[in-house]
Amino acid sequence: MREFLGALALQGGYNTTLVMVGAALLGAAGGGVGAFALLRRRSLASDAMSHATLPGIVLAFMIGHAVLGEGRFVWLLLMGAALTAGLGLWVTTLIAARTRLREDAAIGIVLSTFFAAGVVLLTVVQSLNLPGQAGLQGYLLGSTAGMLRAEAELIAAAAAVVAGAVFALRNLFIVTAFDEGFAAARGVNTVRLDFALLILVLAVVVIGLKAAGVVLVIALTIIPPVTARLWTDRARDMALIAAGLGAAGAYVGAGLSATVPNLPTGAVIVLVQFAVFALSLALAPRRGLVAAAVRRARLVREIKSGRWRPASAEGGA
Amino acid sequence: MNEFLQFSLVPMAMAALAAIACALPGNFLLLRGQSLVGDAVSHVVLPGVVIGFLISGGASAVWIMAGAAMAAVIAAAAFEAVRRAARVEAGAAMGVVFTAMFALGVLLLEQSNARSVHLDVEHALYGNLESHIWLAAENWAALARAETWRAMPAEAATLAGVAAALSLLVALFFKELRLVSFDPDFARSTGMPTGVVQFAVVLASALAAVAAFSAVGSILVIAMFVCPPAAARLMTDDLARQVWLSAGVGAASAVIGFLAAGHAPLWLGFQSTVSAAGMIAVVSGLFVLGAAMFGARRASRA
Amino acid sequence: MLRVLPPRDAAVSPVTAAESPFHVSRLSAAYGDRPAIYDLTFTPPRGALAAVIGPNGAGKSTFLKAALGLIPKIAGETRVFGKPLSANRREAAYVPQRASVDWDFPASVLDVTMMGLQPEIGWLRWPNASHRARAMQALEAVGLAALAGRQIGQLSGGQRQRVFIARALVQDAEVYLLDEPFAGVDAATEAAIMDVFRDLARRGKTVICVHHDLATVRDYFDYVMLINVEKQAEGPVAAAFTAELVAKTYGRRALGLSSAYGA
Repeated sequence: MREFLGALALQGGYNTTLVMVGAALLGAAGGGVGAFALLRRRSLASDAMSHATLPGIVLAFMIGHAVLGEGRFVWLLLMGAALTAGLGLWVTTLIAARTRLREDAAIGIVLSTFFAAGVVLLTVVQSLNLPGQAGLQGYLLGSTAGMLRAEAELIAAAAAVVAGAVFALRNLFIVTAFDEGFAAARGVNTVRLDFALLILVLAVVVIGLKAAGVVLVIALTIIPPVTARLWTDRARDMALIAAGLGAAGAYVGAGLSATVPNLPTGAVIVLVQFAVFALSLALAPRRGLVAAAVRRARLVREIKSGRWRPASAEGGA
Repeated sequence: MNEFLQFSLVPMAMAALAAIACALPGNFLLLRGQSLVGDAVSHVVLPGVVIGFLISGGASAVWIMAGAAMAAVIAAAAFEAVRRAARVEAGAAMGVVFTAMFALGVLLLEQSNARSVHLDVEHALYGNLESHIWLAAENWAALARAETWRAMPAEAATLAGVAAALSLLVALFFKELRLVSFDPDFARSTGMPTGVVQFAVVLASALAAVAAFSAVGSILVIAMFVCPPAAARLMTDDLARQVWLSAGVGAASAVIGFLAAGHAPLWLGFQSTVSAAGMIAVVSGLFVLGAAMFGARRASRA
Repeated sequence: MLRVLPPRDAAVSPVTAAESPFHVSRLSAAYGDRPAIYDLTFTPPRGALAAVIGPNGAGKSTFLKAALGLIPKIAGETRVFGKPLSANRREAAYVPQRASVDWDFPASVLDVTMMGLQPEIGWLRWPNASHRARAMQALEAVGLAALAGRQIGQLSGGQRQRVFIARALVQDAEVYLLDEPFAGVDAATEAAIMDVFRDLARRGKTVICVHHDLATVRDYFDYVMLINVEKQAEGPVAAAFTAELVAKTYGRRALGLSSAYGA
């Protein structure tokens, strides 16, 4: 416990602090990007992308081993991840557009088969017994243990870049999220903007893979934005709150994982963010469950006792 | 041949049964646009299974199934609460619930491993099909003896039971399932309890996921929920035929995938095999690809 | 739409609650904490062709769904000839909006029509020849008998609406409740639907429609209720569908139209 509190206060040693700060930056980027993905209703498309990274990671490892004699270059693996994730996204849109299957089915198909292909490749690598292949396991569930300083610095830097990009594009995102037709009429290229958004989500996924793992990294782009939605109705505030919550949750979660034994990083970060979400769900003043129940009970009482009067605002009636 | 009976027959049959058990409810999820419920179910059962396993010390399939069913119930309730209160789309609400529950499952796995309770993370994720050997089946003659069958791996019997039960339920309640999937408002107007029917589909999915869990692991169960029904959907306009086809595609994926995983690497000069579960899911995806390119009813008309 | 029939007002006189085939009393429903309808009472006479009209968002669909118990209500109840609806669901047949369904669904015209027989066939039993015959009869009544085997995704909008109506007809109910049946259908379908309605009324059945087109109210219906969250008016068309009441229901939005309806 003392160790954990120390870590929170940046007293945990260079590596731990670096990991925590990197996680916070990643959480901020994930929250910010995820807020706009949520507004554009693309939250689960990102799930397909993240699962589709696995085959790319393993293939990159194999190619690296074949060409360079050694597969464990983070930049190489992440490039592979990005390529197959992009491919997965493309296949998803293709299926939804060209067949009678809808987007949910397309996402499920890509998610499961790409991931399965990754698992097959993983077992190929294991049976070939290539050096360093045990480290690939870490991409499944995430692990910051044994993370090299260079890797942590890369994560922190990349996350900062993504956060910066989201910040730079925030006005375009906000206008498009609110009213796509209006934005298009004002000359915003909504197709390209959507594409940019998905690229940024992909970037967060790829950056966060090592720390949080394939399955859970997507939570960084979903849970903080949904939490933020409970606290505000305005897009700009929502993105800011999501980024803040994402950063805080990741910071605390990474700290816990580093100081308490047997706590896998990705899982802990997600659970911390979920705890914040659950509290918000219960207690948020306008949209929280408690507040909504109180308002509903009041309405029911008014109607049943005949004291309710309609607001005289609509249609002049 | 003896090797086949002892080492391949049961895993192949288990994989086929798992595929069928998942494909059957998967058809109705697909038609309701709820394919991702299959994704969610296969993630949320993880904590339920781990808790059931821990409570019963790993001995009781009933506790594990009960844990999974509880997890599905909790997830369904949480999903509704999130969707209404936060007023976000179904996909996002589902994402919150299933990532959190999956994270809980992963955490419990790690913690229980620390106490040396044997639950392997890898196997929980993508199964351990090849381990279900049936040494008692020494030759075809042995199959005639009752004690050979009694020595069959227990998970195989569970899968057979679940697949049979689901097949029976789908057959018995076919017209109700069809009606609720097509027009739940109208169904409710005739007095049918549509909420119960829809929840029953989710519960059936959870039980299929848990039964399949031991064969193919939680993450690959979703392939079985989505791919065989999707392939079948692209091939026919008749719902009954679609359900049959989905079971057929599922079983075929299991057999082809298992054989490919076991033998193809040897043909290519490798020494050992690759993940059977992974190969099965990939094959099911190839079926979808084939149906998308050549299926009789692949284009949308509505 | 081009056929003008004499108004049926003479046949439509007020009835008591116990005599009404679909009496809704003091119905209120809300989404979350926003009330959609408040304190609505509706007492259509038997054999009436009744329209429920009001501006968008006034709660017309909500009224229908809450009256049928499809969405939760805060207060109120529905009675069929004086008996509670919940015990007499067979007497009310519902036709939802076309848009509420995915028409790419794997089912044929006959399959959908037979869905109307679900409560009669019951769980765990299979439809028999007489069920099929009744379904074919209903399809003939709407002019779709030749398309019985066709996949519903291949139908036009008007044909789809007619399948929905056949599904209701096969239930042989006392009251038929339809949500915007005339929205987006061709003239031939509109005429076919009105033929079905008039035949039902002739046989003493009651038809209640959520209707969107003010211009056709007088031609098609003989009883009307105007709502905008609360009830604004109810009664035979001549008495209740007047310029003042329409203007009051629609507010400023209908001002440009009110002169078309004359007093």
